Amino acid sequence: MTETSSNAAAGTLVTPRRRRRSSARRLETLIPYGLVLPVVVVIGVILGYPLYWLFKLSTEKYGLFELIRHAGTSVGLDNYRSVLHDQVFWHTLLRTVVFTAVNVGLTIGIGMLVALLLVRLSTWVRILLTSGLVLVWSMPVVVAVQVWYWMTNYENGVVNYVLSHLGIGDFYEHDWYATTFSQLSMVTMLIVWGALPFVVITLYAGLAQVPRDLLEAAEVDGARPWRAFRDITLPILKPILLILTSLSIIWDFGVFTQPYLLIGQSKITPGNYLMSIYLFEEGYFKSDYGRGAAISVLMLLIVAALSVVYVRRMMRIGDEVA
Amino acid sequence: MNKRARQGAWNAVGIALFVVMVFPVFWMISTAFKSNEQIISLTPTWFPLHPTLTHFRDAMNKPFFWEDVKNSLIVVVATVAISIVLAFLAAVALARYRFSARKLFIVLVIGIQMLPQAGLIIPLYVVLAKYHQVNQLRGLIITYMTFVLPFCVWTLRGFLLGIPKDLEEAAMVDGSTRLGVFVKILLPLMGPGLVATSVFAFITTWNEYIFARVLMNDQSKQTVTVWLSYFVGSNRHTDWGALMAASTLTAIPVVVFFLLVQRRIAFGLTQGAVRG
Repeated sequence: MTETSSNAAAGTLVTPRRRRRSSARRLETLIPYGLVLPVVVVIGVILGYPLYWLFKLSTEKYGLFELIRHAGTSVGLDNYRSVLHDQVFWHTLLRTVVFTAVNVGLTIGIGMLVALLLVRLSTWVRILLTSGLVLVWSMPVVVAVQVWYWMTNYENGVVNYVLSHLGIGDFYEHDWYATTFSQLSMVTMLIVWGALPFVVITLYAGLAQVPRDLLEAAEVDGARPWRAFRDITLPILKPILLILTSLSIIWDFGVFTQPYLLIGQSKITPGNYLMSIYLFEEGYFKSDYGRGAAISVLMLLIVAALSVVYVRRMMRIGDEVA
Repeated sequence: MNKRARQGAWNAVGIALFVVMVFPVFWMISTAFKSNEQIISLTPTWFPLHPTLTHFRDAMNKPFFWEDVKNSLIVVVATVAISIVLAFLAAVALARYRFSARKLFIVLVIGIQMLPQAGLIIPLYVVLAKYHQVNQLRGLIITYMTFVLPFCVWTLRGFLLGIPKDLEEAAMVDGSTRLGVFVKILLPLMGPGLVATSVFAFITTWNEYIFARVLMNDQSKQTVTVWLSYFVGSNRHTDWGALMAASTLTAIPVVVFFLLVQRRIAFGLTQGAVRG
């Protein structure tokens, strides 16, 4: 559009001018490329080059010695063979899949309930609760981990005190980090707590699109709340739920900081590995970069497969041009 | 049940939920101001009636606190400043032009944000070691740009779409050059969007943990989140008061900034990815 109007302003049709204009036109078509070029170059260098190295490393024996020498020795697909024959890899993968399913299910499920609750609250309670959610949302992950660690501490953690005094049981000096299940449950609580604000506020914004009169009509017709939710609210929220679910799957599958810091490095064992931690311990911590790279490639492939839904959705949104 | 009682019941649930969600934040601040006896006691003190600042002093006097705060600031400011300039150009291209490599570029921008960070630590560490950039703030800055750049491109694009194109076209008809339109119209209108995006990029960078942990082994070169994560490990009996004071200090800049821009950025979140 702008091109035509600027040409119209130039206005004449003399031949030499036209030639100049057509070369100006060609320049115009180059503008967007010029604009994205810096980003593409920077990303190409700082991400493309390491990604090339990732694949290269995954086919090499590359440890501390090679790191100092800056050169590895090729071993073909040995690293992949070693990882795929490792029981720990398969157990970790299964554990991570279950962990992700539980975390995403809880986040989206509870998030939906809280968003529906928000609609029913009086204005002042709603403002109070959303402010609280935004405050939680703003907490840095590492800070949140430290606070949860302190609250669930076995000696004088406030969680043990509260549970004991509510008459739920005797939690005096109860160690929440004694078993793998308990450890991962603590991590799940931390993750769901941290993820809820984003999910609730997004879903609440989506609920505003649900036509009120339609819900009221359903109520007048005697439809149960569940049916009204399923047949009216849910279809409208579906696209938002789809985005939130796929984002949560991607994030929770690759989660590192929360489990690594909350369980604590000294208590991390192959028995409670999640995918990112497995990769960190086997590759970086043991300085076996070649094998670590093979694990990374496998992990990236899994996440790429998980991202298909999300990326396609975003592509459609990104198609818009003003 | 009549309408009033039902409303009261919902409100009660809402308030209970508020208490549960906010409690960890409250507990952090409350602990930071308590005396050590109150902290260690088996019967918790809910409100510190005689607040003390000792823990904050202890936290700030811990080795490397100020160095690491400085490192965080340098890394964050450099990353955000460079990223926002480059990303703005690309965002203009995405929001205003159709070009043949567009789809590919969008896949790149979205796809990168989906990469799990742990999956990149090995190659980044090896490549940076090769060029002697491990333990260098420079190395960390370029690493952070890998995910801050795509985020900024995508978010700024959203803000740009909110600015009607008619304004620019009118100026062009009036004989403005493209550059003139950019400087006189687009930039001022984009002010709030640029601020919000920068602040959000600031927050994600300040909060980042795994890259800083892997790429910075030298304690004087670490960022404040890694400093905080090492706080517990040193001795058997954790100094809970100082730990909570340190946590509060780490969170303050983020919380303040977040509350300032949250409303503006919320719509961008549903459109694109932000690491939560």
